[in-house]
Amino acid sequence: MRMTEMLRSDVMVAFAVMTAVTVLARLGGYWLMGYVNVTPRVRRMLDALPGSIIVAAALPVAVNGGPVVMFAIVAAIAVTIIFRNDFIAVITGMVVAALARAAGFGI
Amino acid sequence: MTAPKLIKAPAYWSRAAIVPGIVAIGPMLPGTLAFGMAFGALCAQKHFSLAEVEVMMAFVYGGLSQFVAVQSWPDHLTVSSIATLALLTLTVNIRFSLMSASLRPWFGTLPRWQAYPPMLLVTDGGWLAATRYRDHGGADAWFFVGGALVLYLVWLVAAVPGYLLAEQLADPKKYGVDLAMPAFYAAMLVPAWKGFRPAIPWVIAGAVALVVHWLVPGWWFIIVGALSGAVSAGLMEPPAPKHGHAHD
Repeated sequence: MRMTEMLRSDVMVAFAVMTAVTVLARLGGYWLMGYVNVTPRVRRMLDALPGSIIVAAALPVAVNGGPVVMFAIVAAIAVTIIFRNDFIAVITGMVVAALARAAGFGI
Repeated sequence: MTAPKLIKAPAYWSRAAIVPGIVAIGPMLPGTLAFGMAFGALCAQKHFSLAEVEVMMAFVYGGLSQFVAVQSWPDHLTVSSIATLALLTLTVNIRFSLMSASLRPWFGTLPRWQAYPPMLLVTDGGWLAATRYRDHGGADAWFFVGGALVLYLVWLVAAVPGYLLAEQLADPKKYGVDLAMPAFYAAMLVPAWKGFRPAIPWVIAGAVALVVHWLVPGWWFIIVGALSGAVSAGLMEPPAPKHGHAHD
């Protein structure tokens, strides 16, 4: 196969644009923060960020995913509370969802 | 424990944190591998070449944004369809700017040429693990970079078997791959739990994200929800300081 078929130029242009946007996001936040004074208020905002991003990204997906996804996430949380182990939590979430779907619950 | 944690140790580089950093992202590896394989399979179905897939993995390096983009990949790339892909990528990946911003108080004391390149490796899992390390007083920059590099390499490799086994992996849901990220997220919430009051911003973030998800098409709900949570935390007055240690 020729190189032009393996790496189509219009696809490369699209990837370049997507890369530029993503690099801008990754570097831009760090750069902008250089102009922000880390007051106690800003500190509280930064401290709330991990939980806020997690919930904002995962909750709509979970609600949209239906009962199987929600049940699998609850199982992952329960297992984390018991074992305090992220690895077991991820495996539990995947296995519970796979088994529930294999058993014919939801999609 | 009640002392304000405004001042933390400045960043430094010591190889001692490389292994702990890799161990911390360990739980992400099965999910990253499965997600990368599912992505490779999707790309094979959409008739991308394996070389193209690897270019995308290596440069865009945003799993969810790649998935969303390839799923809605246009039949013909035009200026306007590329602009649509760029906007889609931006709405999914703009959360990385919040993550790298939160790393500034830690990495900000390093020279620029040492601080900016690691930001290119910011992903959900690597950042969450590094944030937890920082919360416990860690300052070694290698903790974040070591873990993030391993995540990057696993991500690069993962697409190859997925691409080659596309037939078998056509439906990632069958293996619960779509649960890898949400389950890891959920697992990270548990240790972040510090009582009901600090969780109020999470509730606001979730509620806003749900509403935006229903009202606005696309992926804006992530950034709008996350920002709402953070801003509400900034607006909430801190609880009155407790007196003494007798009741702690």
